[in-house]
Amino acid sequence: MPEYEKDHEHLPTGSQEQPGFGDQEFRTVALADTEGMTVEKTDVYAEPAPGKPRGAWGEAWRELRRSPRFYVSAALLLLLVFMALWPGVFSSADPNNCPIVDTDIKPNADHWFGTNTQGCDIYARTVYGARASITVGVVTTALVVLLGGVIGAFAGYFGGWIDAILARVTDVFFGIPLLLGALVFMSAFPEDRTIWLVVGALGVFGWMQIARIMRGSVVTVKQSDYVVAARALGAGTPRILMRHVLPNAIAPVIVVATISLGTFIATEATLSFLGIGLPPTEVSWGADISSATTVIRDQPYQLFFPSLFLSVTVLSFILLGDAVRDALDPKLR
Amino acid sequence: MTTNQLTKTDAKGTVPGAPLLEVDNLHVEFRTRDGVAKAINGVSYSVAAGETLAVLGESGSGKSVTAQTIMGILDMPPGVITKGEIRFQGRDMLKMSGEERRKIRGNKIAMIFQDALSALNPVYSVGFQLGEMFRVHKGMSRKDAKAKAIELMDLVKIPAAKQRVSDYPHQFSGGMRQRIMIAMAMALDPELIIADEPTTALDVTVQAQVMDLLADLQRERNMGLILITHDLGVVADVADKIAVMYAGRIVEEASVHDLYQRPAHPYTEGLLASIPRLDLKGQDLYAIKGLPPNLMRIPTGCAFNPRCPYAQDVCRTDVPPLHEVAPGRGSACHFAKEVLDGNRG
Amino acid sequence: MATAAEPILQVNGLVKHFPLTQGILFQKQIGAVKAVDGVSFELHKGETLGLVGESGCGKSTVAKLLMNLERATKGQVMYKGQDISKLSGGALKAVRRNIQMVFQDPYTSLNPRMTVADIIAEPYAIHPEAKPKQGAKKRVQELLELVGLNPEHINRYPHQFSGGQRQRIGIARGLALNPEIIICDEPVSALDVSVQAQVINLMEKLQGEFGLSYVFIAHDLSIVRHISDRVAVMYLGKIVEIGTETEIYDHPTHPYTQALLSAVPVPDPTGRDNRDRIILSGDVPSPANPPSGCRFRTRCWKAQEVCAQEEPLLQLRTGMHGPALHASACHFAEEKDIVHAH
Repeated sequence: MPEYEKDHEHLPTGSQEQPGFGDQEFRTVALADTEGMTVEKTDVYAEPAPGKPRGAWGEAWRELRRSPRFYVSAALLLLLVFMALWPGVFSSADPNNCPIVDTDIKPNADHWFGTNTQGCDIYARTVYGARASITVGVVTTALVVLLGGVIGAFAGYFGGWIDAILARVTDVFFGIPLLLGALVFMSAFPEDRTIWLVVGALGVFGWMQIARIMRGSVVTVKQSDYVVAARALGAGTPRILMRHVLPNAIAPVIVVATISLGTFIATEATLSFLGIGLPPTEVSWGADISSATTVIRDQPYQLFFPSLFLSVTVLSFILLGDAVRDALDPKLR
Repeated sequence: MTTNQLTKTDAKGTVPGAPLLEVDNLHVEFRTRDGVAKAINGVSYSVAAGETLAVLGESGSGKSVTAQTIMGILDMPPGVITKGEIRFQGRDMLKMSGEERRKIRGNKIAMIFQDALSALNPVYSVGFQLGEMFRVHKGMSRKDAKAKAIELMDLVKIPAAKQRVSDYPHQFSGGMRQRIMIAMAMALDPELIIADEPTTALDVTVQAQVMDLLADLQRERNMGLILITHDLGVVADVADKIAVMYAGRIVEEASVHDLYQRPAHPYTEGLLASIPRLDLKGQDLYAIKGLPPNLMRIPTGCAFNPRCPYAQDVCRTDVPPLHEVAPGRGSACHFAKEVLDGNRG
Repeated sequence: MATAAEPILQVNGLVKHFPLTQGILFQKQIGAVKAVDGVSFELHKGETLGLVGESGCGKSTVAKLLMNLERATKGQVMYKGQDISKLSGGALKAVRRNIQMVFQDPYTSLNPRMTVADIIAEPYAIHPEAKPKQGAKKRVQELLELVGLNPEHINRYPHQFSGGQRQRIGIARGLALNPEIIICDEPVSALDVSVQAQVINLMEKLQGEFGLSYVFIAHDLSIVRHISDRVAVMYLGKIVEIGTETEIYDHPTHPYTQALLSAVPVPDPTGRDNRDRIILSGDVPSPANPPSGCRFRTRCWKAQEVCAQEEPLLQLRTGMHGPALHASACHFAEEKDIVHAH
């Protein structure tokens, strides 16, 4: 609900929301006797604002559906996810079928994006490349949210020396740039490079931001009156954490996670570009961009298509994150 | 001591007794995605030099929106002024250019906000912020501006002003910060002060000090004062006349003594009856039933009718105009006479 | 209403010092904020004890100490022979069924991601043994009806209600476990004037029906007088005067109480120009470094040598009789009628 009037009638703990202007459909209702005691026979029920009951998540969803950025990014991402799941639907060609006679064909009706120096169909490779990128992005983000979320939630909720130690650890990791850390990590395992190793590398060096956001958010929520109220009722730590703290602290984490999903995809591409990311058997945008650079002057299209897909994917996640942030930001409601 | 006993020295060139500021049939609405909220629906009031007008109302009554519209600090959009005039010394400010309005704002009309801490910039010393008014508006040197700042701090009775002039806002207590806000408002010797809940955030003992200071300055300098508040006690202490607002309208207008002695609108009557007294232990409190209306769905007829003990059919269909019910007092109630005579229902 | 019987809650010498520390991993205590510094009072069954004072006087900390939401540094909170301030775990949880709390800010005291039904039924989820036989949902609807809300609205979320309605929801949650004592921390100060009266009336009605005892914490002296049987006035972590509502309001003896009462704006303009007001000078000193002896002496017009040296105890003072004879922590306690003197 937007703010109409800055009438700060409320004393020190100013609330960020305005009271909902009540409704005036008053009714006269005969109240039942409750536990043998007579209650006023006619009372005026104070009616809440009309409309369907909708929780904070429901509100956010409604808000999201009003955002054009959400539709654009969601449509693009849906397409990319389909590509990752069922690449065969999009391309009948085999990305690893590279007849050397077909080398460096410019885009035409047979090869929409042309072929590369090895003679592979670039369209097929770009379509199949989505799988590695999306997988790395999604799985790494899940890992990071889990790792960073748990660390941040513990630090924020318990405070004291737990917080102090976890904060130092986070700081240490923060000192290492994601790309550098992942590079070092990957070069430590030259033999068994797999997609899961890339996920691991990015996860180990990518959780700190989530941890910090989670910690800050938990510290704020922990102090709110409804958490104090739950404690006053006798609720234990698990209940307070799961029912009261996390549901209210998770929103900023979701926003950051969505945006960093794009970052992880870009970093994976960089690693593959440097030849230290995904194994050569995996079709990957980063590796394709890398091999295209050798012919950039003569066949720029070979660089263009995988780069375009990479950029659009990263951009879509950032756009989605943006839309989600606006939808979750309580100040806009 | 009321203003009537004041000798109206006429230093500022206004006709004695002529209104300094007149708000005339003002309408403001907020257009949002969820609908149109009618925040102000035909508000008229005036304040003369040396006079204190209290605008009394609850949240959502439109009392603060009116003030923001006068000051030209209303957020537009979503706010839209759909009708009305705001005349300052006879000239309609809504028709002025941005430049002209800026000259009036701060120079001739100053505003005091509820939350002094957020109204002051935390990274500059209070002396610097007070002096800024003189440097920017009067082109004074840094040194002169500082001297002026100390002078102002003395004026609002901040102890040890000379030593404290370089302190930062957070080093002052809430009451002192509100004094600094008052000093800032006084800086350019305005003719009208709009104070929006100036003491609401303060403790009761400090509240009294700050209110006294404001009232003294207003009297000494013969300024007009619009005091926006929800506190019936504060109003009774300092106001000359009162405008009671409900759902974007003035429902009652009267001199302070008349209003407290015998309200002429059921809403005012209800408010007065619903506050407990300090000097006697009452029985049950009278509670106005229901809630203030949603500004997007203001009831037809009189906005107060669903909560009103006097309401009849006519109240649900016809909007009662603000009309004179006794010399010098107005009420927007179809049954104002009955309310005034105390015959409920 | 107060009976001479055994008090339901007895507070003895309650102290809460918040340590001021430096350093992150290796913390060093460099002082303490003496938020509550030796507070004692009794609460009887069915009685309302008002606790008034200005911001920073420690009244809200007292509320948290009574609930054991903060651990007391020293002192006791005796409830039915048990010291609540020392309890933890299951014993504390059991006591909490009987002592509940209503919060100041209805906008932050309800979890925005829970429905009204979940909020009011949460006490039953935490205390399954207290779950009503007819089922939680039925009981939630009864409670909603009891506090004047439409029982059909159990699936709505807090943001769909106005401030006064949310405060009713908070009260319903507080009542769910049928407590004996409710600690109310500024329950109406965030509400509009016309809604305040509704909530106050509701609280009084509920007190009558269920024989509740209230500790009513507020800064609004008029409301405290209206609802309280007895009143304690706090200043800088200590109670400076305690007595029945009549004793405190009509026969105040402590200079701070007198100043406080005289500062309240009276909603009546008659005679406002010759009202005699005690204007206190200066600000409240920091609770980290309170004045020696009497804490009020730095702002008191009666202060003398003895006030700096000797702390005035909260006790009956000589030379007074009738309603003026009640405990006052001033060396120079003297009755002065403030609220009728105009």
